[in-house]
Amino acid sequence: MSDKKTPGAPSRRAFLSGAAAASAGAIAAGTARAASPDPLITQVQPWAQELGDGVDATPYGLPIEYENDVIRRNVEWLTADTVSSINFTPIHALDGTITPQGCAFERHHSGAIDLKKQDYRLMINGLVDTPLVFSYADLERFPRENHVYFCECAANTGMEWAGAQLNGAQFTHGMIHNMEYTGVPLRTLLEEAGLDTAGDLKDKWVFVEGADASSNGRSIPMEKALDDVLVAFKANGEALRKEHGYPVRLVVPGWEGNMWVKWIRRIEVTDAPVESREETSKYTDVLENGIARKWTWAMDAKSVVTSPSPQAPITHGKGPLVITGLAWSGRGAIKRVDVSKDGGETWETARLAKPGEKMAMTRFYLDTDWDGEEMMLQSRAMDDTGYVQPTKAQLREVRGLNSIYHNNCIQTWLVRSTGEAENVEVS
Amino acid sequence: MSKFLKSIPLIALLAGLAAPASAEKFGLGRAALPEEIAAWDGDVSPNGDGLPAGSGDAIVGEEIFAEQCAVCHGDFAEGIDNWPKLAGGADTLDHEDPLKTVGSYWPHLSTAFDYIKRSMPYGNAGTLSDDEVYAIVAYILYSNDLIEDDFVLSDETFADVELPNAQGFILDNRAETEYAIWSGEPCMENCKDEVKVTMRAMVLDVTPEEDKPATAEVTQANAAKAEETEEAPVEAAAPAIDAELAKAGEKVFKKCKACHQVGAKAKNRSGPVLNGIVGGASGAVDGFKYSKALKAAAEGGLVWTPEELAAFLEKPKKYLKGTKMGFAGLKKEKDQAAVIEYLKTFAE
Repeated sequence: MSDKKTPGAPSRRAFLSGAAAASAGAIAAGTARAASPDPLITQVQPWAQELGDGVDATPYGLPIEYENDVIRRNVEWLTADTVSSINFTPIHALDGTITPQGCAFERHHSGAIDLKKQDYRLMINGLVDTPLVFSYADLERFPRENHVYFCECAANTGMEWAGAQLNGAQFTHGMIHNMEYTGVPLRTLLEEAGLDTAGDLKDKWVFVEGADASSNGRSIPMEKALDDVLVAFKANGEALRKEHGYPVRLVVPGWEGNMWVKWIRRIEVTDAPVESREETSKYTDVLENGIARKWTWAMDAKSVVTSPSPQAPITHGKGPLVITGLAWSGRGAIKRVDVSKDGGETWETARLAKPGEKMAMTRFYLDTDWDGEEMMLQSRAMDDTGYVQPTKAQLREVRGLNSIYHNNCIQTWLVRSTGEAENVEVS
Repeated sequence: MSKFLKSIPLIALLAGLAAPASAEKFGLGRAALPEEIAAWDGDVSPNGDGLPAGSGDAIVGEEIFAEQCAVCHGDFAEGIDNWPKLAGGADTLDHEDPLKTVGSYWPHLSTAFDYIKRSMPYGNAGTLSDDEVYAIVAYILYSNDLIEDDFVLSDETFADVELPNAQGFILDNRAETEYAIWSGEPCMENCKDEVKVTMRAMVLDVTPEEDKPATAEVTQANAAKAEETEEAPVEAAAPAIDAELAKAGEKVFKKCKACHQVGAKAKNRSGPVLNGIVGGASGAVDGFKYSKALKAAAEGGLVWTPEELAAFLEKPKKYLKGTKMGFAGLKKEKDQAAVIEYLKTFAE
């Protein structure tokens, strides 16, 4: 492909603003009129004349260079070191519901490690009939399942507890991804080791632990472990990425991301929770009186408008506008999403792209006609338990201001008449 | 630790209770050997399950802490920069911005032992002996004014220590306190009298800039720097390398890895990239924010000869008062020489 630009060809930005100007003047007619013929149409373009890349050019492809701003970003001041830190999915620039692995957020406690399939071992021990060791190849011989689930860090939106802080849906809501996982139910592996030894399973737990230096360990009640937890080795059809736990991670549907232990190496059946660092000093929620909630595993229903938003302003002027966003619930399926343009005074029900699925992301659209006036955009999710996503004021009333995790409040974007958007809090 | 072994009597006990017929088995995997379980099963529970035999006190712990932990957590467990504070914060949990430390927030002492044993030191996990872990935990307790310095923490005395916030937790009660209120048919019209913007993220201005990675500019800057320093005696700075000593240095360097990277993909972290450091000008790594003290030394023409580096590494804070490097130092000359030899293998 030729790199040379056609002289006089408008840049993408100029084209967008030009189109905005044209449409603004011609709304009444229903169609915009061009002042002069578009050279992109009247002149033969290099891509229409010359040859493109061969099939051997890109054995495994990245997005085209024009999309190279659709990337994970981190917030440097959040953590001491990028190796024990988090980055954010560019949800403002994505559509549909499946998050591509290459831009799905990462959270490490001791960095993303290199672990070969050949070197991978999974141990099951504790209160089981026969403690077992599985190789990666062993895992591939158990019957496996496919499920789409969201994985949300409990700290998603955590920086917004005290007030509007970060200007972009990526930063306020990007500690989340949604993938199709392939794996073996944890139940199958536990039954392979045998649970007779554990006796009454009601009060039993599994302690799950990663192979990386952080040795991230979490306790999961047996009821959940036997219900829908997956030992997964593929995401979106291909191997997990290194940063998401290659070759094997745990998938704990609907529950906070910290429990989705990556590089999982050990599953121990126990008669009590271990009360590890990540389930006591972290991932607990201090209430106003100083008492903290623990074992707050489920991620409550939540939604956010992804476009327009601060990083995805309206560039086309008034007229037809697609307002879109994501909704999810860790306690069931999304049933309905309402959108408000006036900061919560009036609401209209958005269109779900597909009926909501349990513990998976749902895409919503509000196809609207923008009058070019300022908007205070909000979305409000409802799940099939009847739960309605609360406002930040409602959350603060119950929990106070010192929480970090589980902020599932309604988000407000102030969209100005210029189309620019800003993260705000409203009364 | 040895829950499996302890569970053997339980098998007999529960044999009659085990209800469902065994599920279908696939005969995959193999039995885990006791040595393998012992190697991996290191978790410690609040009731002391899994605690190894051993002991340590705060006096011994202080030395180990200075060597292994203080680089991030500070000499007094007070935390450096954004790294976790391990001490202080008593009675702050119901205040604005509570300080949550081992002393003020953690409910169980077992959690500290479990975490330090399995996950610390950062970048060199799992290298502490059981006695060292007891001593470090004792020092953290001492830093929180929870024990006297003559208290010996051991598997025997562990249960004697109760952390102040042991009773500070309740189980998730969202179902009672929230779900009941936030459900049902929500308001669709006239839900508020008026709506005002009460806070704006733009005012705070803490959002990262979205500039694309300026690879080209960085390369140019490096080129410019290379020109500036072209007088450096490049050939003289490439002496023969003692491979064996360098190999020993690679081990010593584990202590440095929490903050410093070397090699082709190295990036600045809490400390600067160390490629080309031996024989190189001080304060010369692009994009690293040096301390005032080091900047001044660099302006004074400090070159990191093996001798200067060894002196710095021996006692960083004594060598360069005001250095950001919170490392206690390499006392042994052998270690200094080894790590310098290792660093020589990473040219600019």
